[in-house]
Amino acid sequence: MAALLEVRDLVVEFPTRRGTLRALDRVSFEIAPGEVLGVVGESGAGKSMTGAAIIGLLEPPGRIAGGSIFLRGQRIDNLPPREMRKIRGKRIGAIFQDPLTTLNPLYTVGHQLTETMRTHLDIDAAEARRRAIGWLEMVGIPAASERIDAYPHQFSGGMRQRVVIALALCAEPEMVVADEPTTALDVSIQAQVIALLKRLTREKGTSVMLITHDMGVIAETADRVAVMYAGRVAEIGPVRSVVKAAAHPYSAGLMASIPPLSHKVDLLPQIDGAMPRLNAIPQGCAYNPRCPHVFDRCRVERPELLDATETKAACWLFDSQAPRERAHV
Amino acid sequence: MSEAPIFEARDLSRHFDVSRPALQRILAREGKRTLRAVDGVSFAIPRGTTMSLVGESGCGKSTVARLAVGLYEPSAGSALFEGQELAEARKSVAQRRRMQMIFQDPYASLNPRWRVANIIGEPIRAFGIANGGGALREKVGALLKQVGLSPADGNRFPHEFSGGQRQRISIARALSSNPDFLVCDEPTSALDVSVQAQILNLMKALQRDLGLTYLFISHNLAVVRQVSDRVGVMYLGRIVESAPAETLFTAPRHPYTRALMEAIPDLEMAGRDRQPVGGEVPSPINPPSGCTFNPRCPLANGRCRAERPALIPARGTPQTLVACHAVEEGRDGFEARTAA
Repeated sequence: MAALLEVRDLVVEFPTRRGTLRALDRVSFEIAPGEVLGVVGESGAGKSMTGAAIIGLLEPPGRIAGGSIFLRGQRIDNLPPREMRKIRGKRIGAIFQDPLTTLNPLYTVGHQLTETMRTHLDIDAAEARRRAIGWLEMVGIPAASERIDAYPHQFSGGMRQRVVIALALCAEPEMVVADEPTTALDVSIQAQVIALLKRLTREKGTSVMLITHDMGVIAETADRVAVMYAGRVAEIGPVRSVVKAAAHPYSAGLMASIPPLSHKVDLLPQIDGAMPRLNAIPQGCAYNPRCPHVFDRCRVERPELLDATETKAACWLFDSQAPRERAHV
Repeated sequence: MSEAPIFEARDLSRHFDVSRPALQRILAREGKRTLRAVDGVSFAIPRGTTMSLVGESGCGKSTVARLAVGLYEPSAGSALFEGQELAEARKSVAQRRRMQMIFQDPYASLNPRWRVANIIGEPIRAFGIANGGGALREKVGALLKQVGLSPADGNRFPHEFSGGQRQRISIARALSSNPDFLVCDEPTSALDVSVQAQILNLMKALQRDLGLTYLFISHNLAVVRQVSDRVGVMYLGRIVESAPAETLFTAPRHPYTRALMEAIPDLEMAGRDRQPVGGEVPSPINPPSGCTFNPRCPLANGRCRAERPALIPARGTPQTLVACHAVEEGRDGFEARTAA
């Protein structure tokens, strides 16, 4: 199956006075049409950076220093800003964490929806307004035909995020980059918003790149998951395999450290230490100082994504050329 | 419980005046407006145990935390520290040092201009626990070791540490006055999961070693399950259900508690659809009459809209206190659920 989005060896760098920091280091993955790819990792792992690079909204001085991004085979990472603007919104929608900063406080939500649709779709004002009301109804805003003329501050946080979802989907994009779409919301509202996002993207056949640190949200929503660590993809595979039987020691540790809701444990499995800073990423595998299975090769040579049982993991334990027993710890 | 609880809240309330300025109020012909952040909350924490309060934003759980250490004064009801009014207890230095607080944001709660040794040493000096530079240094070094840092870290500044390490510093500071009672307001919410596990394990170990009593505030039910002996679920300033942790998680009774648990995305539920609870938390300035959960509750009837339910032992699980007419009247389907 041809991928909708293909990211190949993406490198993002930040030049600073003390040298260049590499925020993303050869990140590669694909998203199939209609697929939900979850991207997880801890703060600073590079998941939001990956999303920003795809929609062409890297904050300067950050820049793409290598690799390429293809949307349906068309290269989009080197497009001039004018061209990229036609893709962003029209072909790739975006949902961010904080709905208050995504919406313009000076315009009514109806204005923002119709403006987006009229920029990207060939429709007149009356049609755009009709569709805007339709979208607000679809995302579950009560009394949509009245609320369309309300300003963002007149909505609650959960309702605002619904408006943002309508805004991201109204130009009928082929995929949506959703960066922590529910992190700012309370759990009961989060469940509503996730259910909504799932239903709408399934109905429209939209692909989703769902970036979050909440494994529960990923487990329920995503088809496949990419686990990021220190600017690299540590493991990628079907959601059930990564959650239940992660191959990479980091993903396994991350899953184990999530407090279970279903029972009480005496001691939570923890990963000692912390993720390295960008200016001090260790040689070889970035996870080697914290890894319980580390051996000499990990400290020297960087592993690429290798075939593990059900997933692909960037870990030397899965090198079929030089097999190695997992240490028992 | 034979021994007196270390902390007790009796009908504790805290109201805030959120009226507009007087002139505007007169022009708009409106009265004063009161936000009942905490509205008649009662619970007791036996020594050496952990009581947790959970709920969504705005339910009043952080206000209770601040009331419990005396950062706010109650508007009504009382907060008792070992049976003594908190305001009275806090007049004595010897009592004051026995209660401490750990805050959510380890970036905002440590003074960036102070070295870690000074941050941790300040309560020791203020309470006169160790006298002389040598004794102070020794005590600070021991505290740093206790929370998994090294005594040499005392010479560094907060910005040199990661979020998890900073939270360890906050814990060391809270422990520096040898407290008995720690109020922890979302201590791991700002941390990544692998670091959260480190901090929760540390807090449990410290409780075991030092016999600490915790009041633990969190919005994360999974975290609460791991640390608590007893859990209170708050909604709009009131405790709607309070039960031993295991009972609460195996047999939740209040419709809100059940909705909350249903709403949490869980690793076990991969790929499944859930029925999310509808509606949103109403404004605490103008809460619904009767049971404040009634507009969102599938079991609500006329009585729920008219009469505020009291927190009473639940049918079937008498260790659970629940404020719900449906549970009291036996129309919550509990018998049917447990039989199945």
